[in-house]
Amino acid sequence: MRISKVERLGNYAILIFFSFVVLAPIFTIISTAFSPASAADAREGSFHPENFVTAWQEGRFGQYMATSVLVSLIVVVLTVILSLLSGYAFGTMTFRGQSVLFYLFLVGIMIPAEAIVVPLFFDLRTLGLTDTVWAVALPQVAQSVAFGTYWMRTYFRGVNPSMIEAARMDGASPRRILWSILVPMGRPAVTTMMVLVFMWTWNEFLIPLVMSPTGEFRTAPLGLALFQGQYTQGTALLAAGAVLVALPVVVLYFILQRHFIRGMLEGAVRE
Amino acid sequence: MQSSPRRSKRELKPPERPGGRSSSRYSARQGRRITPYLYILPAFLVYGVFMLYPLARSVHLSLFDWDGLTLATYVGFDNYVDVLNDERLRAAFGNALTFVFFYAVLPVCIGLVLAAVLTRARVRGLSIFRTIVFLPQVIAMVVVAIAWRQIYAPDGSLNTLLRAIGLGDLARPWLGDYTFSLPAVGIIGTWVSTGLVTVLLMAGMAKIPVEQFEAARLDGAGPVREFFAIILPSVRAEITVALTLTIVASLKTFDLIYVTTRGGPGSSTTVPSYEVYRRAFEQGQVGSAAAVGVTLTVLIFVISLVVNKIGDRSSS
Repeated sequence: MRISKVERLGNYAILIFFSFVVLAPIFTIISTAFSPASAADAREGSFHPENFVTAWQEGRFGQYMATSVLVSLIVVVLTVILSLLSGYAFGTMTFRGQSVLFYLFLVGIMIPAEAIVVPLFFDLRTLGLTDTVWAVALPQVAQSVAFGTYWMRTYFRGVNPSMIEAARMDGASPRRILWSILVPMGRPAVTTMMVLVFMWTWNEFLIPLVMSPTGEFRTAPLGLALFQGQYTQGTALLAAGAVLVALPVVVLYFILQRHFIRGMLEGAVRE
Repeated sequence: MQSSPRRSKRELKPPERPGGRSSSRYSARQGRRITPYLYILPAFLVYGVFMLYPLARSVHLSLFDWDGLTLATYVGFDNYVDVLNDERLRAAFGNALTFVFFYAVLPVCIGLVLAAVLTRARVRGLSIFRTIVFLPQVIAMVVVAIAWRQIYAPDGSLNTLLRAIGLGDLARPWLGDYTFSLPAVGIIGTWVSTGLVTVLLMAGMAKIPVEQFEAARLDGAGPVREFFAIILPSVRAEITVALTLTIVASLKTFDLIYVTTRGGPGSSTTVPSYEVYRRAFEQGQVGSAAAVGVTLTVLIFVISLVVNKIGDRSSS
């Protein structure tokens, strides 16, 4: 298509303007994070990378990050295993009640955490299970498995049936077909799912907030919200903490960008 | 892939059901009848125990008046009547609809124009642009909220900017203002959603064959006619998806409100999801909280259903 010079320039202007609008708040918080945390600091110069160390220690982010890593690990590993198994059944086998069961999983993608946290908290409290890592992780596994089942089913349905057929002719059991052929072949789909589930779990707020009332299993975003409540004066340290909390997912995004975008776009597009 | 090297084995073990697509799927006759269920069972157990069961319990709890400690009293649908009558809850659902505008409608409008302009003339740097505008989607909402709190603060960058350009009269504590706190928080939602919507729409528009544009231009169509005659009809499916995604996201907004305004000032920025938390864990109105949660869920389902119905109809 032939495009006039003016239009081309206009397009660059639009690209730059919208990039600026998106980046401005991010730059604001990054520059605040490096700014002096107190009047005393301000006399020593305007660039203070040590804010990150101070925030890390005062905000106990080491502990919160460790919890976040543990919770994310549990959620991602369980989600991948469970979704592979269920997606395999829905994608390659035919059985009674298939579509009803599948729709049951599908509605889970839309059920908000708000609809389940209230009874979850009170029931788990009765069982003495609040303030355990499982109370924080398992509800998120349930949420992710709804998406994961749908996502893996789409992958398994896309596999050329003759390949499964051939393996079966060779006498491979369904289990072997899954783990030695389909899973290695489906690495991109599995990676996308892992990346999305990791992001959702790392960023989740309501479930860890409710499920760990004493704060023993406080994840990084919660630690940050708490830090905000305590240090209303120190915006620099707060900003530094915020950057620390956002960093793991943002770094992963820059490395595996295609998986993030593809996952979030295709995950939403129904068949 | 054909299995020619394995032909010899195929002769030894003939397929039980010949040919066609269906033979590749394990029918109950071939495998053990329960095999598929065994594969689904682990996922279903976790999903059932931590999702379906609590959802059912929410519905059950919503019929009681319960403070979380003492004995619950059955009150029938009173908690749902409250959703309609209680001023704070009405405000919460009203605000949720305002957020739908800021999270979904506004980003789709901006995204459509933006994506159309960028599709018409493919310039360099589009992939970097995509990376940048998608960024708000991956940043934890708590972090987004803290960043914007600093922008909206009384001595924050927005007010500094206003004073610098001589509009100091407009400067105010944005998040503490009865009139402006709701749109101020809404704008954060627009900031988060617009990139996702734009990338989604650009992907849809990239699929439009170039010949269509060329034919339209030969007919003398300008950018505006091109937009309404070619682009808009081709991305209906993407618009539907974008609306569904962003509307659901807007109705689930909790962390943003929790960190920026806690629903205040007064009830001017409260939303249903925040009311669920407040009622259940701060005010001991567990039944009412459950009712709000159930209502919210129903609302999410109804809105997505309606959006998808309209989307389906207009594309056929």
